Amino acid sequence: MTPTVLWVCVLASSLAAFGLKLAGHLVPQHWLATERVQRTSTLVTVALLVSLVVVQTFADGRAVVVDARVPALAVAAVALALRAPFLVVVVLAAATAAGLRALGWG
Amino acid sequence: MTPPRSPATDAAARQGLSVAVATGLYGVSFGALAVVAGLSVAQTAALSLLLFSGGSQFAVVGVVAAGGSPVAAIATSTLLGARNTLYGAVVAPLLDVRGWRRVAAAQLTIDESTAVAVAQRDPAAVRTGFWVTGIGVFVLWNVFTLVGALAGDALGDPRAWGLDAAAAAAFLALVWPRLSGRLAQGVAALAAAVSLALVPVAPAGVPVLAAAAAAVVVGLVTSGPGTSGTRATGGAR
Repeated sequence: MTPTVLWVCVLASSLAAFGLKLAGHLVPQHWLATERVQRTSTLVTVALLVSLVVVQTFADGRAVVVDARVPALAVAAVALALRAPFLVVVVLAAATAAGLRALGWG
Repeated sequence: MTPPRSPATDAAARQGLSVAVATGLYGVSFGALAVVAGLSVAQTAALSLLLFSGGSQFAVVGVVAAGGSPVAAIATSTLLGARNTLYGAVVAPLLDVRGWRRVAAAQLTIDESTAVAVAQRDPAAVRTGFWVTGIGVFVLWNVFTLVGALAGDALGDPRAWGLDAAAAAAFLALVWPRLSGRLAQGVAALAAAVSLALVPVAPAGVPVLAAAAAAVVVGLVTSGPGTSGTRATGGAR
């Protein structure tokens, strides 16, 4: 993307995000207080984040590949299961991938 | 905006500050990832100032790094931000503010400020928890984003540093606490399958949006516990 297109992405995403936040503060509460709306919103968040994990781990352009990112993600999962803080999880994953690549794999 | 102090408001302020420090620090990883994905330092800083919602910010950067279209970047980010509308509806009656304070409260409505606010028992502590967490995260997240962006600029090849894996780990850490329920786990498996299947055949960004669409369908067709025939009471806890 060109710098101008990137700015459009940054500003349009920001405007939409603020609009959504402000809408929550302005709409009558009962409009959103249905179980179905809340459940769907929660599930969409889960699906988007999981999908981003999968794409970020296995996609290389349009190819599905297994490289140093996969063991790195496994290390992150173990760290999360052990209740490590966010920054520790991210740093461990990066170090795993960087280490494997330094050894010549992935 | 300055409720009288009490043990409950002091506890809320302490919780808010500790959440703010923990969350603010990982602004470093956002800043570094954004810059190596191809955003300028100014664009990276603008995302943290103006968008100010971690998941959505990482999403913009992830789609840009994967070579996705601007529409996919904006759509993914915006869909992820939709939960903030629910948070706003939950905290607005508790904060009860008008004018510019309502605008500020809206911008500060994120996972962390909402979580700390609704965890408090008395109304003054709810307000203290929301504002201390929101303002604390906002300040530290922006400072550490800038630190990360400047450091990322000096790093060189992001793959050699494992920063692509760091992005995946960041998303995993964001979704981890949301995977406790059966339905959430099922949707997670579905989203993973849909995304993997679509990566080889669809442009970057589309697999993520398709996963979201699948979740909408699941959300609309399933009936959660206690919904059959009764009026929903969600949000009233």
